[in-house]
Amino acid sequence: MATGLKTNRRDFLKIAGTTAGGLFIGFNWMSCDSPKVEVLTTEQILSQAKSFNGYLSISPTGDVVIYSPNPELGQNIKTSFPMVVAEELEADWNRVRVVQANLDTEKYDRQLTGGSGAMPHSWERLRKAGATAKFVLVAAAAETWKVPASEITVEKGIISHKATKKSGHFGEFVELASTMTAPEEITLKDKKDFTIIGTAVKNVDNPEIFTGKPLFGLDFYREGMLHAMVQRPPFGMKIKSIDDSGAKSVNGVTDVIQFENNVAVIGKSTWPLMKARRLLKVEYEADGAVESTEDHNRIFREMLDSGKSTVRREDGNVAQAFKGAAKIVTAEYQCPFLSHSPMEPMNFFAHVQGDKAELIGPTQTPDRARQTAAEILGIPAENISVEITRLGGGFGRRLRADYVAEAVQISKLMNAPVKVTWSREDDLTGGAYRPAVRYRFEAALDEAGEMIGYKLKGAGINSGNSTRQDNFPAAAVANYKVESVEHNSPITTNAWRAPITNFLAYAEQSFLDEVALEAGKDPVEFRLNLLNKAKNSPTGEPGYDVDRMIGVLNTVAEKSNWGKNPNVKQGLSIYFSHRTYVAQVADIEIENGSPVLKKITAATDCGMVVNTTGANHQVRGGIVDGMGHAMYGNLTFVDGLPTQKNFDSYKLIRMKEVPEIDVHYVDSGYDPTGLGEPALPPTGGAIANAIFTATGRRLRSQPFIEQEEFSDIKLGIRRA
Amino acid sequence: MATFNLKVNGKSHTVDVEEDTPLLWVLRDHLGLVGTKYSCGIAQCGACTVHRNGEAIFSCITPASSLEGDEIITIEGLSEDGDHPVQKAWDEIDVAQCGYCQAGQIMNAAAFLDKNPSPSMEEIDEAMNRNICRCGTYHKIREAVATAAKIK
Repeated sequence: MATGLKTNRRDFLKIAGTTAGGLFIGFNWMSCDSPKVEVLTTEQILSQAKSFNGYLSISPTGDVVIYSPNPELGQNIKTSFPMVVAEELEADWNRVRVVQANLDTEKYDRQLTGGSGAMPHSWERLRKAGATAKFVLVAAAAETWKVPASEITVEKGIISHKATKKSGHFGEFVELASTMTAPEEITLKDKKDFTIIGTAVKNVDNPEIFTGKPLFGLDFYREGMLHAMVQRPPFGMKIKSIDDSGAKSVNGVTDVIQFENNVAVIGKSTWPLMKARRLLKVEYEADGAVESTEDHNRIFREMLDSGKSTVRREDGNVAQAFKGAAKIVTAEYQCPFLSHSPMEPMNFFAHVQGDKAELIGPTQTPDRARQTAAEILGIPAENISVEITRLGGGFGRRLRADYVAEAVQISKLMNAPVKVTWSREDDLTGGAYRPAVRYRFEAALDEAGEMIGYKLKGAGINSGNSTRQDNFPAAAVANYKVESVEHNSPITTNAWRAPITNFLAYAEQSFLDEVALEAGKDPVEFRLNLLNKAKNSPTGEPGYDVDRMIGVLNTVAEKSNWGKNPNVKQGLSIYFSHRTYVAQVADIEIENGSPVLKKITAATDCGMVVNTTGANHQVRGGIVDGMGHAMYGNLTFVDGLPTQKNFDSYKLIRMKEVPEIDVHYVDSGYDPTGLGEPALPPTGGAIANAIFTATGRRLRSQPFIEQEEFSDIKLGIRRA
Repeated sequence: MATFNLKVNGKSHTVDVEEDTPLLWVLRDHLGLVGTKYSCGIAQCGACTVHRNGEAIFSCITPASSLEGDEIITIEGLSEDGDHPVQKAWDEIDVAQCGYCQAGQIMNAAAFLDKNPSPSMEEIDEAMNRNICRCGTYHKIREAVATAAKIK
């Protein structure tokens, strides 16, 4: 265990944070027989360390502390960011401690998790953070030893001068180095010399996760803190009357308060609040449109049939192309609302004291949390601190600060530190869903089966632009039109892992297979033909790199043995999103007369892979996520309230339903791009296309499980 | 309110809570053992899994007052130094993404392997099917359970 540090603090989470590093190394993890070494806690290291920049502090002991600014929700940024810094520093990874940085808009920019954007945004600056520190450490050693810096080498935290046989660890030069400055232009390592980047480095929080240490927002407790749960109205409704007598009678409930259109039950622990919620009687009345799923189905058709839309892209002359077409293919696809359902429900801690506030919890956007609190409280943002806990999943849900706002409001009203906790039911009924959409596709083919015209109209509910007009097949079709139309609903929506593309990719890739079939072409050949047109004779600009798209397509065709085994019925899908290219093939085999989904093969071009384990996690996890939601995810509404309120009716994918997933990467030589989202969009289309190949049945709506076409499809289990 | 004794991770605690309070909330709110997670509250996801006399149970639906005299083990008490074979396997295979469900997964796997020390992959799938991982780490979980069986 960690040595020395005594603390009286009662914040569970903080105690864990300060001992994290000590536990990591002093834990005898996996090595029961090794001698116990006295290991310093991260706090002890930091107390003597010199800061080199916002990412990096090094102590005279040679221990390196790397700050990870972006919220960690499972995308592994807390491991992969420090890997990049350590690489350029030439640090010994075993002497690196990683600390989650608090919100600090002066030290960091883009301190958020979303859009798979962290790695491409920070790649250069992380490398520079490591390289500049290495530069001054080398300069300090050169001055100390009176040798030229150019003759000094650094490896695993040891600085050496071969000719004079001098060497020492980082810590010996920290004092002097911290007084020196590195030049603006700094030489970065040649990628071929990387020793940390491109390897499998374990999640830095493993020991804490696997022993149940407090890491997550929900694990945060403070002496004297009040617990609060909030009852929110159905969408489109407002409070008419409240009867809180039953709720107040529950032992352990101290207060029931109304704020805005919500009712909060408050007490000293969680369970009494859950009980009180059931006894709380709130009557609601309409306050705008009160919608149900059947209204949405009607609204979709009205939107698609109406002349109203925003044209997002128009190339050539679509009307003429369709007039002269030998064949026209049309189809409509629909996807429902989805909940993000991260395993850790929404929660946040707030302590408002006069013109200051302290915020602690799981957020993908700590700065938005702070700005939201500043607006509510009417105090300057710099008076508000935000501590970022580990997030038990996010999927876009924690980009919003609605639950932070609740904690701030209740803390202010109660004049006390407050943790707001959402129940699972709150999470499913409390809004900010993936928008529901319906698409109408039309394709015009000439006599030779060439696609000469393409039309897409997207109709979404609170979706914004439900299309990605510059994505494939843009630039590959001479006459091309993409438009969108939106219905504004009181049902709140939000970015959901791979926003828009998480359903658009399925619809589009399935429709392209319908067109390929009508054109009498193989799905791989059909797409390659289009991509070659986009490359050699583009119509307008493609919003994607055609060569990288072709690269993943060819790789997945090869790795999946596309079309080689007549007993394997395959479906293809290729998609570009969030700067990354992913192609997938789903394999179905007939077993005992039933089609069984056995395997998904994926080829990914995300540029350089930073952490091989992390990358595999994101690709496999994205596919499992895409598959689970395409098959089961469905949130339906009756009078402004979701029908599915917990995991008994809102089904998430489980172990037995997951097939083998075979993961490949295409090394295109580019810098790394993000992987948190891009593997998800292609999956639904690959599965739908494989089901068509196997059964001749086309799945045009999600969730698949509720479609008749899916009734006898079985899911494969990998047998090792 | 009811006062009763609860033996958690080998330690006796006197607990004074409403009789229907689930073990989950006694652990988290009263005993400071927050490794056991809340996620669904209705025994659907397994994030709250602990051991009762060696059996994996859902602590979110089990009233703590019904557990007097039982040996309760939580993730914090699974091993002294985090070196239970399942924990070691979880580290070796690097299972976690967000990590929130993993304590429940580990507790379920540990109870399962106690009963079935050399399971087939089908048996692993069957046993682990009661825990949800929203990040989709199922392949790694499967591999880690098989690895833990070998460590044992």
